[in-house]
Amino acid sequence: MDRFVWTSGLLEINETLVIQQRGVRIYDGEEKIKFDAGTLLLSTHRLIWRDQKNHECCMAIPLAQIVFIEEQAAGIGKSAKIVVHLHPAPPNKEPGPFQNSKNSYIKLSFKEHGQIEFYRRLSEEMTQRRWENIPVSQSLQTNRGSQPGRVRAVGIVGIERKLEEKRKETDKNISEAFEDLSKLMIKAKEMVELSKSIANKIKEKQGDITEDEERGGIMSLTEVYCLVNRARGMELLSPEDLVNACKMLEVLKLPLRLRVFDSGVMVIELQSHKEEEMVASALETVSEKGSLTSEEFAKLVGMSVLLAKERLLLAEKMGHLCRDDSVEGLRFYPNLFMTQS
Amino acid sequence: MAMSFEWPWQYRFPPFFTLQPNVDTRQKQLAAWCSLVLSFCRLHKQSSMTVMEAQESPLFNNVKLQRKLPVESIQIVLEELRKKGNLEWLDKNKSSFLIMWRRPEEWGKLIYQWVSRSGQNNSVFTLYELTSGEDTEGEEFHGLDEATLLRALQALQQEHKAEIITLGDGRGVKFF
Repeated sequence: MDRFVWTSGLLEINETLVIQQRGVRIYDGEEKIKFDAGTLLLSTHRLIWRDQKNHECCMAIPLAQIVFIEEQAAGIGKSAKIVVHLHPAPPNKEPGPFQNSKNSYIKLSFKEHGQIEFYRRLSEEMTQRRWENIPVSQSLQTNRGSQPGRVRAVGIVGIERKLEEKRKETDKNISEAFEDLSKLMIKAKEMVELSKSIANKIKEKQGDITEDEERGGIMSLTEVYCLVNRARGMELLSPEDLVNACKMLEVLKLPLRLRVFDSGVMVIELQSHKEEEMVASALETVSEKGSLTSEEFAKLVGMSVLLAKERLLLAEKMGHLCRDDSVEGLRFYPNLFMTQS
Repeated sequence: MAMSFEWPWQYRFPPFFTLQPNVDTRQKQLAAWCSLVLSFCRLHKQSSMTVMEAQESPLFNNVKLQRKLPVESIQIVLEELRKKGNLEWLDKNKSSFLIMWRRPEEWGKLIYQWVSRSGQNNSVFTLYELTSGEDTEGEEFHGLDEATLLRALQALQQEHKAEIITLGDGRGVKFF
């Protein structure tokens, strides 16, 4: 039913009426619709249906849209019908009674008879295809392809057509905008999925780890990157993707979070992990040994040097440690400046 | 004469010779340095110094510990002292400085107190008399270097308690 186009019902120049029949009802596929009593007209170019009660309700299908036709004989309580199978509506089709239809055929029910003759005439037109040889106004031509149609302005109908063109154009822009939005949403959804999958992988890895490899609830982002990509095997994550996904961890209320230290080093830590508390124990360790470098501390505690350094730097930032920077290297001491008078 | 200068505990603490990045820690560190510089200069009766001297002096160079305060950090310490009123640059290049373990205003106060105590207001003194005269033996400002003395008297002059005058070849001061 979405192939029909509103029309004035007036024949174009060079379009000839072939036959007409009153009392015709239209079905959308097998469904009864409101167009139950009209006059069906066959021209050299179109099939036109006009509502008997409301002559302004008038629509047409170009004959070129018809694939083939079938007859359906009358039965008890059922009128004879013609089944008209149709090509899909062209993209630049003029407006009609239906925007969409799931059916690619209609049925014409002849309640006041006349089906046999009509069918004969219609078959003849389908065979002769006179519309191909007799040009009429452009809007009646076969427009199955996307033709850039110049809209001919002819009176009110012309104005209506122009308005319709404008409406379609606006629709197109809105659809494009929505397409972009939906692409964005798909990307966001991908990120969310990625975050969850990363969180899972880390959790799995945590489960696998033996006591020797205790991570202590914190991992550098480079460690996470290797972990995740090793597991993926194919379609590796880019570092940028990983960072973006990790930024969503806290928002998604997953038990992990991304943390960026002053130095720029990024880690993933358990929500339950309290780095500030680890600092207190770091201070104890340093005090016991008098002073420690990052490497010495890392070895003692069983951490990566990168994370060990970050912990010592955090302790310094919090005022618990101070530094000795010389040719011998960088050492951390308990902050006696604060504790001793 | 053996200088039995007692170094503070910080002098044996390696981090003392690294400028601390933590602001609060640095504040304590610099205060300790200022204190050390003033007591060192006081004991060694050093009223002026060049930056080059300072770098190699045991003050900023602890040979035993194998740590030296880098020159940029020395500059920061000296700037702190200047802000506090204990240091004055003697040249535009900031290569040598006057170091006053007591600020000129403090010296001025001590000198004026002595003058008032001994009932010598309205008297005139030569600079020499003040720092090296018999009458001032036992006073803290006895033996004070001329540069610092002059600044002390200038401070008093600002308060209208004294006036620096020319006496013969040199200078003197009248107290009010």
